[in-house]
Amino acid sequence: MDTVTTGRTPPLTEPRARRPIKRALAAGRWADSLFKLTTLMFALVVAGLVVVIIINMAMNARLSFDKFGFDFITRSIWDPVHEEYGALPFIYGTAMSALIALLIAVPLSIGIAIFLSEHAPRRLATPIAFLVQLLAAIPSVVYGLWGIFVLAPLLRNHVYPAIQKVLGALPLFQGQINGLGLLTAGIILAIMVVPIVTAVTTDVMRAVPGAQREAALALGATRWEATRIILQNARSGIVGAIILGLGRAVGETMAVTMVIGNRPEISASLFEPSFTIASAIANEFTEATSEMYRHALVELGLILFVITFVINAAARLLVYAVTRGQGKVAHA
Amino acid sequence: MTGLASAAALLAIVALILILGYIGVTGVKALNLSFLVNDPKPIGEPNSGIANAIVGTLILIGIASVIGLPVGILAGLYLAEFSTSRFGTVLRFLIDTLTGVPSIVVGVFAWTVLVKPMGHFSALAGGAALAVLMMPIVARTTEEMIRLVPQSMREAALALGAPVWRTSLGVVLRAAMGGVATGAMLAIARIAGETAPLLFTALSYNYMSTDLMSPIASLTYQIYYYAGSPYDEWHAMAWAATLVLVGMILAINVGVKVLARNRYQ
Repeated sequence: MDTVTTGRTPPLTEPRARRPIKRALAAGRWADSLFKLTTLMFALVVAGLVVVIIINMAMNARLSFDKFGFDFITRSIWDPVHEEYGALPFIYGTAMSALIALLIAVPLSIGIAIFLSEHAPRRLATPIAFLVQLLAAIPSVVYGLWGIFVLAPLLRNHVYPAIQKVLGALPLFQGQINGLGLLTAGIILAIMVVPIVTAVTTDVMRAVPGAQREAALALGATRWEATRIILQNARSGIVGAIILGLGRAVGETMAVTMVIGNRPEISASLFEPSFTIASAIANEFTEATSEMYRHALVELGLILFVITFVINAAARLLVYAVTRGQGKVAHA
Repeated sequence: MTGLASAAALLAIVALILILGYIGVTGVKALNLSFLVNDPKPIGEPNSGIANAIVGTLILIGIASVIGLPVGILAGLYLAEFSTSRFGTVLRFLIDTLTGVPSIVVGVFAWTVLVKPMGHFSALAGGAALAVLMMPIVARTTEEMIRLVPQSMREAALALGAPVWRTSLGVVLRAAMGGVATGAMLAIARIAGETAPLLFTALSYNYMSTDLMSPIASLTYQIYYYAGSPYDEWHAMAWAATLVLVGMILAINVGVKVLARNRYQ
């Protein structure tokens, strides 16, 4: 208004007009920083949980660690009455059941992955991949229920006696058959890890450049020879997939708890009951009346945590190396 | 070789059909309306049901979602929009590691930080344990979905003068909402089937309860409990409860798949 009448430019108009914008901008920047900080905080919460869990468990395993030290891992006694604890039978049961699971699941999963990525037409591959993934959607406790009432009787009455007849000379297949034991747990675990191993193997095989396959075929390779070249290229990723499956098998709780028989003894026979770390915690944690007993169980949990941490870290590094981040490993 | 590979795929699908088929055939025998609307009764009494467990599972999922979804979604937003590459890699690695932590370990963790100080089992502790399992899944799927939003949409919003926070929440997250919701539903399907983290957090309760500070029943715990009992009647109830649970989880999985396909085609 001033400007129009006098023709002079008063120095105050410009800053006066700008100030609200400036203030709005400053407020906006402030709000933006606050917003970024908030999201960062949430990201830190999720990422930091791993660290918090490990520290928390270490504190809650203190008593047992003070008493037994690193011998805890190699002692095979588990006696809550006399407060003597050792993790060896549980580590053995965990390792053996996971090993059996992988021996069954890995060839099967690689076969499915070859079928999905090399042979099946896309229209067939998508629904089949989805059906295989549905196996992972079935809850662990449901596998356990099915294991107790369907699989275990079937194995006890038909499969195990046949195995014993043929391979009974091996200590692995001697002893009494009651259907619930290490081998049954391994078989259930195998069904449960097939989806994850299949999914990641399919991803890494698809990540191998198509030119590899075309070059092989152009040189006169058969389809199987071309597939072998793809497998070779995806090798480290497939190892990663297998290790991810191992991580899953090692941490599985309910299904194993329900079919493994829950006895803390190391026995040569795969038909005998056993115990895994996870199933020991599931079974005994609420019964742990003394502080020492509970700390021993938490220390078992800590061992399980460290094992799965190492397994997962190794697997992810291998899978990232092959897919270079294009594959989706989030479904693990 | 083609034969062997197809046989492997066939075997997996046959296993799926056998398991689901058995659940369907056995579960449907004990499934009726009174099973769905009544609480459990002592063995031998008629009209025993799992209404309390259905409500309990829904409450536990509700608590987990209220805690886990906002945390997971905002963490995913940070990873996709603001994190530098090196710091982001570290965060992503830790979050992926959390996905691999056995659920029983999360249960022990929840017991030490919630049940022990409070002095009793509670629905809240169970829901919190499930939330911990949910967060990394939601965070990573949210991140992936937000990365799919075209850069031009961010630039358009910023050019119109929207501050970064409005651009992130009102434009980017909104554009990715369908995918984020899909991830959230899958995370819910995943935790709905968890038993191990509830064993010493939510425990169980024989009657209908909506009190968050006391123990609460869940379908999974009920199945576990009935499966370990010596009674045929309870075994039948375990199968019927399984049918309800698996039906719910498969409906979410198939529904999400169908919706996602319609969106992207």
